[in-house]
Amino acid sequence: MARSLKKGPYVHYKLEQKVAQNTESGKKAVIKTWSRASMITPDFVGQTIAVHNGRQFVPVYITENMVGHKLGEFSPTRSFRGHAGAKNKGKK
Amino acid sequence: MARIAGVDIPKQKRGVIALTYIFGIGKSRAQEILKAANVEEDKKVSDWNDDEIGRIRETVGEYKIEGELRSEVQLSIKRLMDIGSYRGIRHRAGLPLRGQRTKNNSRTRKGRRKTVANKKKATK
Repeated sequence: MARSLKKGPYVHYKLEQKVAQNTESGKKAVIKTWSRASMITPDFVGQTIAVHNGRQFVPVYITENMVGHKLGEFSPTRSFRGHAGAKNKGKK
Repeated sequence: MARIAGVDIPKQKRGVIALTYIFGIGKSRAQEILKAANVEEDKKVSDWNDDEIGRIRETVGEYKIEGELRSEVQLSIKRLMDIGSYRGIRHRAGLPLRGQRTKNNSRTRKGRRKTVANKKKATK
């Protein structure tokens, strides 16, 4: 179900602070976050955010197209390596 | 036999139903269109006169349908794939996008069953 419009998009408050800081001081550091549920707002565009996937931080460079999606969508939590016995064709 | 929105030729059916043969028009939209064009829903397509067909064409033209709509859908899918989102990845892999199980079923997305050779049975 969609989130109530009254509340506005969810962004973790610390993440919001850090993004604001970054934009103020001209962008710099990669922001690490565990907040996969945070919505990408237009302020994020151009930043690189390292999103935790349960094991490590996956760096995500935010582009305009990604606005409105959640951070977790870009940091897969499972890695499918193919079935046993399937001949390794191409990728590893 | 009426030609509306390019190639679609709905036949001797009721107006509302015939219009749903157009990609992008479902039942509720068909009802809206006929209401706007001031034609009864139950009237068969073959009974439409030129005047009515003209009005229906006009109102149908206000919606995004057929090729235009199809390309929009394709573009949205492409966008998902390009930004590397989870849904895009699932599109690429030809698997369901919305968290359904894939242990069984999901045949619509996965296509016909591809049988994998049996494991060798332990001999003895």
